[in-house]
Amino acid sequence: MPSINSDDEPWRGNALPLLNEIRHALEQLLSSGETTVIDLGALPMGPQDEAELLAALGTGEVDATINAGGPSSVRETAFHGVWLVTHRNELDEIVARFVEVAFVPELLMSQPEDVADSIAALAKNLGVEQNIRK
Amino acid sequence: MASNGPTIAEVLRQQGISRRGFLKFCATTASLMALPPSMVPAIAAALENARRPSVIWLSFQECTGCTESLTRSHSPSIEGLILDQVSLDYHHTLQAASGTAAEAAREAAMRENAGKYLLVVDGSIPLGNAGYSTIAGISNLDMLKETAAGAAAVIAVGTCAAYGGIPAALPNPTGAVPVSAIIKDKPVLNVPGCPPIPVVITGVLAHFLTFGGLPELDALGRPKAFYGESIHDRCYRRPFYDQGKFAETFDDEGARKGWCLFKLGCKGPVTYNACATTKWNQGVSFPIQSGHGCLGCSEPGFWDAGPFYKALSMPIGPVKAAVGAAAAAGVAAGVAVALRNRSAKKGAQAAHQKVTVDDLEQKK
Repeated sequence: MPSINSDDEPWRGNALPLLNEIRHALEQLLSSGETTVIDLGALPMGPQDEAELLAALGTGEVDATINAGGPSSVRETAFHGVWLVTHRNELDEIVARFVEVAFVPELLMSQPEDVADSIAALAKNLGVEQNIRK
Repeated sequence: MASNGPTIAEVLRQQGISRRGFLKFCATTASLMALPPSMVPAIAAALENARRPSVIWLSFQECTGCTESLTRSHSPSIEGLILDQVSLDYHHTLQAASGTAAEAAREAAMRENAGKYLLVVDGSIPLGNAGYSTIAGISNLDMLKETAAGAAAVIAVGTCAAYGGIPAALPNPTGAVPVSAIIKDKPVLNVPGCPPIPVVITGVLAHFLTFGGLPELDALGRPKAFYGESIHDRCYRRPFYDQGKFAETFDDEGARKGWCLFKLGCKGPVTYNACATTKWNQGVSFPIQSGHGCLGCSEPGFWDAGPFYKALSMPIGPVKAAVGAAAAAGVAAGVAVALRNRSAKKGAQAAHQKVTVDDLEQKK
């Protein structure tokens, strides 16, 4: 992991507290299973802060794309359980960015409503009676 | 709100958007409304039942900058916002209809959604000669009163509608006043800025859409979610202010190192807005990040609040007729600097000649 305390440039210090918040959130995830979502759009980030935060978090093992109302990327960082979720709209513009501290980010999971629709669709395709109620 | 139309969740579903897509929409909406991510389930529940509100948009003494800003909103996209989530029934710049047909659309929306529609106003209202600004022969004052009568709430978009803005700047030749000076019997929400940040405009609309009411306001009628903290408090350059590191000119070492712009007249400490976090141009930057202090455009009377390039701690001095002379002296000083720069760069320019504004003006 690259050092975030380089002496070359004055450290603006706005990513450091965020990294500590993530550390606390990870401890909470392991002890109680409680997930944390941090909205990066709600924080003051200088031009360097964001780059340094992303560099400090690194790249992990999972890289997924969700295609729903525009592409969303869901990437696990070098720290297991720390995910970077970037939502884009149909025009491919970033509309929101979150750090999600969870075993699996919520949006990666199939949603019960969609599963119910899929049962109906599959039953229709197979020409069979649907025997599970929504 | 159109009570018999489909709910927003139904509209999204009809467009083939999955529950997952809906939850993504809710997450970006929460971010848009400056609500914590923990509010997403509440937003999802509210949107299940929310219906598209009818919106009437009136433009008075304004420069159309606020509409320009809104149409550059990317979250949600303007097409999505206008066509899917609100029913924009009247906006004389954006609508295809004109003349009698346009006014008929406004009257129909007022009649069909009486007491439920949202009225958005940009621009100030002249109380002097009504002839300064009329639409379809109707004075701004009459149109505002008539349209506000049946509105659920009024949103004053931009500093002109919120506080009078530049039309109300001294000596205020048209007798311009803000919406709140006229409408006293309805909730009036101010979304100031010159222009306001696009997502702040859509964020306020999204709040009305989601929760069917207006967000919590500060003493100046602004939503606290976006105007709750000063630019200074949320500025990434704040640590330099605390360390006493300031840029003294726009091209010194401090300016290059990105130090605090307070001494160059930044109004961040007295300006409440979301620029430092939400930023502009799809989150690319904001004035301070680009090296220029905040002008304080979301505060009442910002145009007459003293020089833009004088530190807040300096006395403003009387604003009198001397302003004209000072401005002329400023221009002269600027020209002198430009001439000096030009002579210094003459050698370099010989190889790569550029035409500057100064060159063009000299040819006149």
